[in-house]
Amino acid sequence: MQTDRLLVGFLRVGAMVSALVMLLILLFLLLESWPVLSQLSLLRFVVDTSWHPLEGAYNLMPMLSGTLLASLGALLLAIPLGIASALFIVFFAPSYVASLYRRFIELFAGIPSVVFGFWGLTTLVPLIGEWQPPGASLLAGVTVLTLMVLPMVALTAYTALAAVPEELFRNAAALGLSRWGMVRGVALPAARTGIIAGIILAAARALGETMAVLMVAGNVVQYPESVFDPIRTLAANIALEMAYAMGDHRAALFVSGLLLMALVMVLSGMAGLVEKQSHV
Amino acid sequence: MFEMMQRIRELSVQSLVYLAALLVSAIFIWILSDLVRGGIAHLSWEFLTESPRDAGRAGGIASILVSTILILLVALVTAIPLAWATAVLLAEFIPITSLFGKVVRFSLYVLAGVPSIVFGLFGNAFFSIYLGLGFSILSGGLTLACMLLPILTATAEAGLRAVPDNYRLSSAALGMTRTAALIHLIVPAAAPALVAGLLIGIGRALAETAALLFTSGYVDRMPGSLLDSGRALALHIFDLSMNVPGGDAPAFAAALILVSLLLCINILAMKLAYDLQRRKMMI
Repeated sequence: MQTDRLLVGFLRVGAMVSALVMLLILLFLLLESWPVLSQLSLLRFVVDTSWHPLEGAYNLMPMLSGTLLASLGALLLAIPLGIASALFIVFFAPSYVASLYRRFIELFAGIPSVVFGFWGLTTLVPLIGEWQPPGASLLAGVTVLTLMVLPMVALTAYTALAAVPEELFRNAAALGLSRWGMVRGVALPAARTGIIAGIILAAARALGETMAVLMVAGNVVQYPESVFDPIRTLAANIALEMAYAMGDHRAALFVSGLLLMALVMVLSGMAGLVEKQSHV
Repeated sequence: MFEMMQRIRELSVQSLVYLAALLVSAIFIWILSDLVRGGIAHLSWEFLTESPRDAGRAGGIASILVSTILILLVALVTAIPLAWATAVLLAEFIPITSLFGKVVRFSLYVLAGVPSIVFGLFGNAFFSIYLGLGFSILSGGLTLACMLLPILTATAEAGLRAVPDNYRLSSAALGMTRTAALIHLIVPAAAPALVAGLLIGIGRALAETAALLFTSGYVDRMPGSLLDSGRALALHIFDLSMNVPGGDAPAFAAALILVSLLLCINILAMKLAYDLQRRKMMI
């Protein structure tokens, strides 16, 4: 009994430390952003001429729009491909092809972002550059991001579809529904919440992704006029400028980190809510 | 007429789904074959055993591999005790409805969503500057440890919960303390799940770049201690391709090594998880 109490004491300390990491991260982000947050009005991040940190202009909007556009584009491509992949595994493919394809996607998910970025840089960017120079562009960023979030969409959709109770399908078959009728009328509605939660998590992943986009998107701070224009995302900006940022500039980068984290936290909170709803 | 329409619709949906699957597989194979084609010529035993020269254009990746392994070890040695202690507490000792458990779980859930670049910012501010570790393997490894906490805890908790309750009941009936039951019965029974989670964590850590940019740093020399800066393999690929003109060939080779390593680790983790599932079905 003595040992049990001792063990639980140790475990509690461990759990406490684990839980405190999140607080510590928030604390230090706030602490480092404080010089800028306390002196400048938040409006400056919206109305300044552009992002010229060395001249004290800290408009984050061009990069925020770059981040949102790249993520949105990636989701628009990854959602249909991902859900189709999940449907392929659950309903369309013969069972050995299905399990092979699922393994494939799982391995796809394990490829590091820097490798996707490197592939994009050496293959995709020259390819786009031949067609619409310079090549390093929003389009390249969107494509690479699509490849990175697609496995996530596909695997969460697969899990949700596989969890639909078998009897629903038997009922549908008994009613004489066609396969597409069953997918559209039974499977997708029943798996809806799981699929949506997966998509939201994929969106969070896309927003926070750094290296791959940094390597292919050209990193010009601007509002893109077409998909062939280069963009810079918030995360890429941090990676590019942290090395030499000092004083207010450094604090402004931490502010953009906070912004990024707030976006991601809202999204993962939403995903949590959606998932909880499905259990009720 | 209606039958005909339905038939056409069925066929077109089916071909669209097949097309999507084909497209995804084709891209995956395209990427892999590009890596193999670009990297295989540059790959040799010397590439693994020599240190990089001329900013990485010549020489190998020996020092990079050593740094990578050291960063990984620091991360695992720190994260595993914390994560597994948390998992054991959550799964074995406190009720699922307890407030403390809910707070810990929520905190880890949020932590799991934090983008890696934000971990990098935090690591730089806390480990490198506040704790004075500078750009070092230690501060990079500790930053990675924070990243690994949620994934290690979640997989371990799920593994422990999957151990059938009669293990706990019989050991209690035999008068074993819960500590003894944990050490001799429950953890061994959950070991494959713990290892699978560990492998997933290692994969995550090896793939990480953004969190290491401003924590473990860029230096490509052989590290002399944990307080030296050391460049991780993923970061090496990034640096060669972005900052070193003419660095593409070694970058391809390094990417090939990283991807093969990750594929092996992930296949092993998958196999463990698959065996577990089969065993559960048999019970």
